[in-house]
Amino acid sequence: MGRDITRRGLIAGGAVAAGSTLAATGGYLAAARPGDRPAPAAPPAAAATGAATEPFHGPHQAGIATAPQTHAAFLGLDLRPGTGREALGRLMRILTDDARRLTAGRAGLADAQPELADIPARLTVTFGFGPGLFEAAGLERERPDLDLPAFPIDRLRDRWSGGDLLVQLCADDTVTLAHALRLIAKDARAFATVRWTQRGFRRPPTSQPAGLTQRNLMGQLDGTVQPADLGTAVWIAGGPAWLRGGTLMVLRRIRMDLEKWDEADEGAKEFSIGRRLAGGAPLTGREEHDEPDFEATDRLGFRVIHDDAHIRLARTADPSRRMLRRSYNYDEEVDRDGVTDSGLLFASYQADIGRQFVPVQRRLAATDLLNAWTVPVGSAAFALPPGCAPDGWIGETLLA
Amino acid sequence: MNIRAIVPALTLLALPLTACGDEEGAAGAAPSPSASPVAPAQAAKAALTITDPWVKTTDKGMTAAFGTIANTTGADVTVVSAATPASAAVELHEVVGAGGEMKMRPRRGGFVVPAHGRLELRPGGLHIMLMDVTAPIEPGGRVAFTLTLGDRSTVRFTALAKDYNGGNETYEPGH
Repeated sequence: MGRDITRRGLIAGGAVAAGSTLAATGGYLAAARPGDRPAPAAPPAAAATGAATEPFHGPHQAGIATAPQTHAAFLGLDLRPGTGREALGRLMRILTDDARRLTAGRAGLADAQPELADIPARLTVTFGFGPGLFEAAGLERERPDLDLPAFPIDRLRDRWSGGDLLVQLCADDTVTLAHALRLIAKDARAFATVRWTQRGFRRPPTSQPAGLTQRNLMGQLDGTVQPADLGTAVWIAGGPAWLRGGTLMVLRRIRMDLEKWDEADEGAKEFSIGRRLAGGAPLTGREEHDEPDFEATDRLGFRVIHDDAHIRLARTADPSRRMLRRSYNYDEEVDRDGVTDSGLLFASYQADIGRQFVPVQRRLAATDLLNAWTVPVGSAAFALPPGCAPDGWIGETLLA
Repeated sequence: MNIRAIVPALTLLALPLTACGDEEGAAGAAPSPSASPVAPAQAAKAALTITDPWVKTTDKGMTAAFGTIANTTGADVTVVSAATPASAAVELHEVVGAGGEMKMRPRRGGFVVPAHGRLELRPGGLHIMLMDVTAPIEPGGRVAFTLTLGDRSTVRFTALAKDYNGGNETYEPGH
């Protein structure tokens, strides 16, 4: 029944609207056990999901602890020369105004297609500041550590990397998303050029109950282990005052070589991950959320979960140091030989990139067995300011 | 920019004195003659609220402001003039005509907001016309406005400046 209430809360925006970390993560971080699955037969959401809203205002920006919506668009912007602190304030006032209205199902000011705004479909609009923004604003002293080292496996391309300003838009409806993206892009035009657009998707709640771990395009359950407490793992409590209540984001575009992955047999796939493909259980367990036994050995004395298995290297012993992962699949063109351009938009949110993201990524980059099939081709990091009040704007704590 | 493009379509020359003339019109020929006598000054101060105000960006010259004016009282209220530090001359405009003949002109009698009703100012319709913008109105800027009502009370609001390239279609046939 608990799951049921959570689902209904999500649909009505009620539970999520409470804005507290616990409420906002209901059905998303709360680990779903297979026994808790609501009956898939009844589609209670079908008629009403379009009206559901995610609250825009609050101590944190929406779109982070928010249960992941079905569709996402990440927009990476480069500031035009001469766009300084004062102009950035104007830009963020406009974009905040757009986001505040659109997420509530209202048209933006000067919205040329106001009729597209009335189905909010849990739209969230989230803003992040890249290193170049701090430089442009003359506020480098306020910049948190956003530096990522060069990882040996990276094959990064400029067209998927960097950016001064991030706008992350997520919604359960692609028409809603397209409208919001266009209004935001138009309103940013006077201040910035578009560096990249990355679009991603997940299974919709009409296909799979919200809260269950989703599969990536390699077929793996992806995102099983999440932080126990967002207050320590995600939200920033110390450091520069302007960023308290905010977080840091890493966005990595990870290309999957699915043709090569096809060639591996199931045993090899599971061995490289350390989990079963079917249910996501660790090789030492029976259920997805069973704690992996990293010391278990087989009859020959070899570890059941290989030393270089993905889940061993990705594991963070201290739950308070886990990153919040909120990734989306991507799937672009199919080439003339029928090969897809597929992968993962890995999005992680953490209070400290250097202590949370970097150590894990160093281990994975060094020896992760999955590296045989995955290549990071894009990388960017942003500081996500705290949320704002109804009369405020995102970024005011830095730029005002 | 588009406002400038439609300037040739204006049939009436904009004279600063027009606003005063409108005020007289409000008392006399306005479609809602009850406006001035019924709304006392004190009530009128809270009588109107402006929501979603915005102004179109421009480097100089003409531009326009929009928004929704709501009348919270049981009597019609007339806006007789508008003022802003952003422009020496401001007029209350309407768009009249049809098809390719649409023209902007000062609205006689000002803007009458019906009792418990709303008046929408929007591109292609009623709008507050800034006739002579001398300093650029930049995107994200905030522009202060003061509306003067029929009883000479005033209502203030601040409009957000936004880029906008629409409104031209209003002047095309078939719309």
